[in-house]
Amino acid sequence: MTDLPSNLKANALLSRWVSVAADDTLVIRSGKVELGQGIATAMAAIAAAELAVPFEKIRVENTETQVAPEEGWTAGSFSVEHGGSAMRWACAMVRELFTAAAAEALGTTPDDIVVTDGVFRRKGANEGLAYHQLRERVDLEVEATDRPAPRLIGGSADRPDLHRIDLRAKFSGPGFIQDMALPGMAYGRILRPAHPKDRLVSIDRAAVEARPGVVAVVIDGGFCGIVAERDDLAVKAVEFARKSARWERTAELPPMGEANAWMDAYEAKSATFIADEGEAAPAAFSHAARYSRPYIAHASVGPSCGVAEFDGTKMRVWSHSQGIYPLRRQIARVVGLPMEDVTVTHAHGSGCYGHNAADDVALDAALLAKALGRPVMVQWTRADELSWSPFGSPGRAAVSASVGADGMITEWTYDVWSPPHLARPGFGDGINLLAAWHLAEPHAPSPPNDAPRPQGGGDRNSVPLYKVGKRTMTHHVLPERPLHTSAMRALGAHCNVFAIESFLDELAAQAGIDPVEFRIRHLDDPRAIGVIRAAAEAAGWDPADAGGEGIGRGIGFARYKNSGAYYACVATVEVAETVRVTSVVGAVDAGFVVHRDGLLNQIEGGVIQAASWTLKEQVRWNEDGFAVRSWADYPLLTFSEMPEIRTVVVEDPSAPSLGSGECAAGPVAAAIGNAVAHALGVRVRDMPLTPERITAAINAA
Amino acid sequence: MTSSPTLETRSFSVNGRAVTVHVPEDTTLLSALRHDLDLKGTRVGCTEGYCGACTVLVDGRPVQSCNTPLWSVDGKTITTVEGLARGDVLGPVQEAFLLEQAAQCGYCTNGIIMTVTGLLSQNPPATKHEIVEVLDERHICRCGAQTRILKAIDRAIATIGGAAR
Repeated sequence: MTDLPSNLKANALLSRWVSVAADDTLVIRSGKVELGQGIATAMAAIAAAELAVPFEKIRVENTETQVAPEEGWTAGSFSVEHGGSAMRWACAMVRELFTAAAAEALGTTPDDIVVTDGVFRRKGANEGLAYHQLRERVDLEVEATDRPAPRLIGGSADRPDLHRIDLRAKFSGPGFIQDMALPGMAYGRILRPAHPKDRLVSIDRAAVEARPGVVAVVIDGGFCGIVAERDDLAVKAVEFARKSARWERTAELPPMGEANAWMDAYEAKSATFIADEGEAAPAAFSHAARYSRPYIAHASVGPSCGVAEFDGTKMRVWSHSQGIYPLRRQIARVVGLPMEDVTVTHAHGSGCYGHNAADDVALDAALLAKALGRPVMVQWTRADELSWSPFGSPGRAAVSASVGADGMITEWTYDVWSPPHLARPGFGDGINLLAAWHLAEPHAPSPPNDAPRPQGGGDRNSVPLYKVGKRTMTHHVLPERPLHTSAMRALGAHCNVFAIESFLDELAAQAGIDPVEFRIRHLDDPRAIGVIRAAAEAAGWDPADAGGEGIGRGIGFARYKNSGAYYACVATVEVAETVRVTSVVGAVDAGFVVHRDGLLNQIEGGVIQAASWTLKEQVRWNEDGFAVRSWADYPLLTFSEMPEIRTVVVEDPSAPSLGSGECAAGPVAAAIGNAVAHALGVRVRDMPLTPERITAAINAA
Repeated sequence: MTSSPTLETRSFSVNGRAVTVHVPEDTTLLSALRHDLDLKGTRVGCTEGYCGACTVLVDGRPVQSCNTPLWSVDGKTITTVEGLARGDVLGPVQEAFLLEQAAQCGYCTNGIIMTVTGLLSQNPPATKHEIVEVLDERHICRCGAQTRILKAIDRAIATIGGAAR
């Protein structure tokens, strides 16, 4: 029993995971939701392997709170690691039960039964019984604890042509929450301020109510929702309402300054979490440097959207949230219903890279549906997405180290400052939903706190995997911050890996040692060394390449969270006024690979997104409030700026699967930073690596 | 008391079918397609003309439907992503995107499929370079599927070019 995956222990009833339909489809339910990352396909591949059925026979049902296993958040690159292992065991146990039923039906013993292609046969027999023919004989309303451990754990349904199960439909028609339509559904939009510290005082309500198509204006404190028969009319009514809106400024924002200088205006809660004892070995030289990354926006292409209906007693909500279970509890508290009377169903949304506005807009919809008693869909505008959605938290890191005459690091001091990276609904006792803070009787958010170690938030991946001698590590959390922050892909790992890996190159240069060699000398973990060697080899790494003339290459490595997938890459760049990344050649070790193309797609997407963050992205504000309000203010890496991407998969099929969706972010940033330094001979330590910063670094040299 | 909007009548062709809709004034093509004609394969993105998720073909040319007033397409021929397949057989660009698995979330994809379809249906068909220039200007992908999208475009050019020969 102790071996059961924790998510299966917590949801022991097998019927929560699997059911057999009359048409011989095997329906699976996972608490891990599809976010555009392809997890539904990976779950189907896992289930197909363990149930021994063709992949096409698996149907993945949308996750719903009262039906599917409760598996918390779909986050942290844990879906395959935790959710996948639970699904694997659940399916293996279901297969055991059907094997026993088949044995009984065929008048033999279970060890005489083989199952292939979803048919249970006696050994050597041609005929057998399919899952649906046995389903009356098997009771899946049993707990996983009642069964012996599965006889066979393993196998793979993966194959080169294994396609995502959701894409064909999405490429042809509806497929997202924005495409839903309930009978009698109205369309709500929310009037939100243009400054994060503004609060709505009043609008000319009667005039707004008289606008074409407007069904209702719902005002509760500083929350103002406008509902219309058509979404376009709701948008127009909000713009009309904005003209008469009066706002109260509750606080001013500090000036941004360069490279997170605004952080000096806030008080930090500091904790030294590693302070190695003893004396450091004698040093030949010491070096210190500071690095930073700005606020980053989720910036999904689709607007956040929520749908809710309320029949006077029960509420149903559809959301593209990463955590429908905690969202359910939070919405129930805000709308004043017992949790049993609230159901949240996951619906696919636009690409999700963390805690975006999905939860907030779900509460917007729930508030309006409750007020109106009819179904309401709420969508956010592009401006709201780029201002009121939680942002990826900024960071600043200061590193100093000493290196001995043998070229080994003897002492390492690391300080990282950041606002919290985690303010999800359900994290802490408060209500972490935007509208709840603005109601006449507001709900307080949870006290700001960062994600606990060992995974950490601002300090995620701050502990180097390298042997760095005597370590002193301090995390400085900034509970108060100018703009709201919560989880975004990789959390603090983007800043920390950029800092650590940049700094390693600086140390290696001073020590006169090749950066790849310098890293390997400081590592014990053979898998870490394995991906670094594989990436260097695939990229044709040449230690003698002196760089310069605007052309360079650099390496970056991390094991995500120090517990997930290993990834190393070599980036090549051409630097003129701007940095052009020409290639990113990497190697990933994610243990056993469930869906190879899905893994590669996650790595490619991670590489491109990280390159975009590192070169271009920065959320800004000014005295008028949010300064990023449209795509024109927040450019991403474009199609013509794409690097060539190659990824070597270093696989040990006997090793457990490791989460890989976020592993590229830090190493790619670092590899680009190191390549720029190799190309120019000077280093830019603050992201994004803009033309202005490149020019300033060259001029300062 | 709800004030009803003033409606205007517009007629055009969508995916080979003649349609007439009665919509509030200043309704966009995007809104009419999604709300009045229930064609939701055309996505709602920024609605400001930047991201291209809403792209459809108007008389064969790729157009962002979010900032296209419906009156401007009166009498014209619209093609949406729902109009690309013939029965179960996807259009060649859709098929290329599927074979390359050229998406993560897939939200931006249909707009891109429409742009590529339109540019490859021109006479002469657009080159890869020309297509990428249009994508840079009028489409955004946030998940990082661009390298796959570029491969899908290569595949579509090969397929359509092959068919034309």
